[in-house]
Amino acid sequence: MGSIWEYANPRKFMATTDVVLPWVAALAGIALVVGLAWGFFLTPDDYRQGSTVKIIYLHVPSALMAINTWLMMLVASLIWLVRRHHVSALAARAAAPVGAVMTLIALVTGAIWGQPMWGTWWAWDPRLTSFLILFLFYLGYIALWAAIDNDDAAADLTSVLCIVGSVFAILSRYAVNFWNQGLHQGASLSLDKEENVADVFYQPLLVCIAGFVLLFLALVLLRTRTEIRARRMRALLARERMG
Amino acid sequence: MSALLLRDLRLAFRAGGGFGLGLAFFLIVTVLVPFAVGPETALLSRIAPGILWLGALLACLLSLDRILALDFEDGSLDLIATAPLPLEAVAVVKALAHWLTTGLPLVLAAPVLGLLMSLPGPGYLWLTLSLALGTPALSVIGTFGAALTVGIKRGGLLLSLLVLPLYVPTLIFGAEVARRGAQGLDPQAPLLLLAGITCGTIALLPFASAAVLRVNLR
Repeated sequence: MGSIWEYANPRKFMATTDVVLPWVAALAGIALVVGLAWGFFLTPDDYRQGSTVKIIYLHVPSALMAINTWLMMLVASLIWLVRRHHVSALAARAAAPVGAVMTLIALVTGAIWGQPMWGTWWAWDPRLTSFLILFLFYLGYIALWAAIDNDDAAADLTSVLCIVGSVFAILSRYAVNFWNQGLHQGASLSLDKEENVADVFYQPLLVCIAGFVLLFLALVLLRTRTEIRARRMRALLARERMG
Repeated sequence: MSALLLRDLRLAFRAGGGFGLGLAFFLIVTVLVPFAVGPETALLSRIAPGILWLGALLACLLSLDRILALDFEDGSLDLIATAPLPLEAVAVVKALAHWLTTGLPLVLAAPVLGLLMSLPGPGYLWLTLSLALGTPALSVIGTFGAALTVGIKRGGLLLSLLVLPLYVPTLIFGAEVARRGAQGLDPQAPLLLLAGITCGTIALLPFASAAVLRVNLR
């Protein structure tokens, strides 16, 4: 095991992930089944929210991953711009649709929970609004990747977009705070706060979060491998046409 | 720099330059709103700041793909890029030309349209001020979007999708200044934040625009 940059070599990356991917995928499946089954069937109903509280096991992990996926894309984009490792750019590209779906899951589960609890599917609450904006950022990022034919140019442009978008996403997050007071509850999973959700809900939730992280990892690895294979195939086809 | 600015302005003002496009769009939006929501003065004066800001923003959005696309198609962008002027300065000049031909007319037209929307008395000053402060940010952000999509055929839809979320903070603070001003509240906090966004984007985004222009002209 040398430095982490060895994995920037596509061959090394493919060889390693070939071994790692089935394990990550299996672990993700186990964690999700255990966490969701535990959460859905083995925890009591909340005394005020009834059984709707159980959507927390999908809502919180997906919201968490929606933000962290963008963060991962930002890091991958910076690595691409600085060190020009193709695997990094492809990983950012592979992560974007996963992040978009996570954002969508968070929005939809939030709406399903909000309907009985808040009496509305949608409110222009800061958190909801900033997630909608985040979703637009994902769509724009994916569309820009798809619109440009030259792979390197697309990687460069989307990387810059990701960096600029990060700044504006943070700006928007605090701008909407200013514009409307929230309906959404505050953070309830912090490590350093007194007021968290009760342990009965907390423990299966942690398992679900782990499951979502592993699921994200498995999907990104799988999609990155697909991208690398697709690029190899294009190179082979091009060579064949030349020869 | 001034030669490039004058060239862009001349191109915009002369026939087919699309100088009046944004202004006409702004006019159409604000004139049509009362037909859609009804002529009640109380309702109109309550939503006037937001509608005027939204109209100005959409008018800006409409004219964005003209900033660089025409120059890219006829090859003059390549010539400009090989000139001694750094691309960062080109991005600034392009944004400035866009602001002078689109943003500034919108700022000047806004009080007149405010009259049509029965904007409350103290709102005029704050609406004009917030637009004057905010539209430069719209032009600079739009230039970045135009630079990103310059190489793409029919990139207009993509350009709107990319620029839309980037416009959100400016719209929130700008409309908030106008709303508070119209209701007689103290608009200082959003005004300062709006000024901060404008200064920040003018200072930093031209570098991003130049970087993506270099990629697109490679």
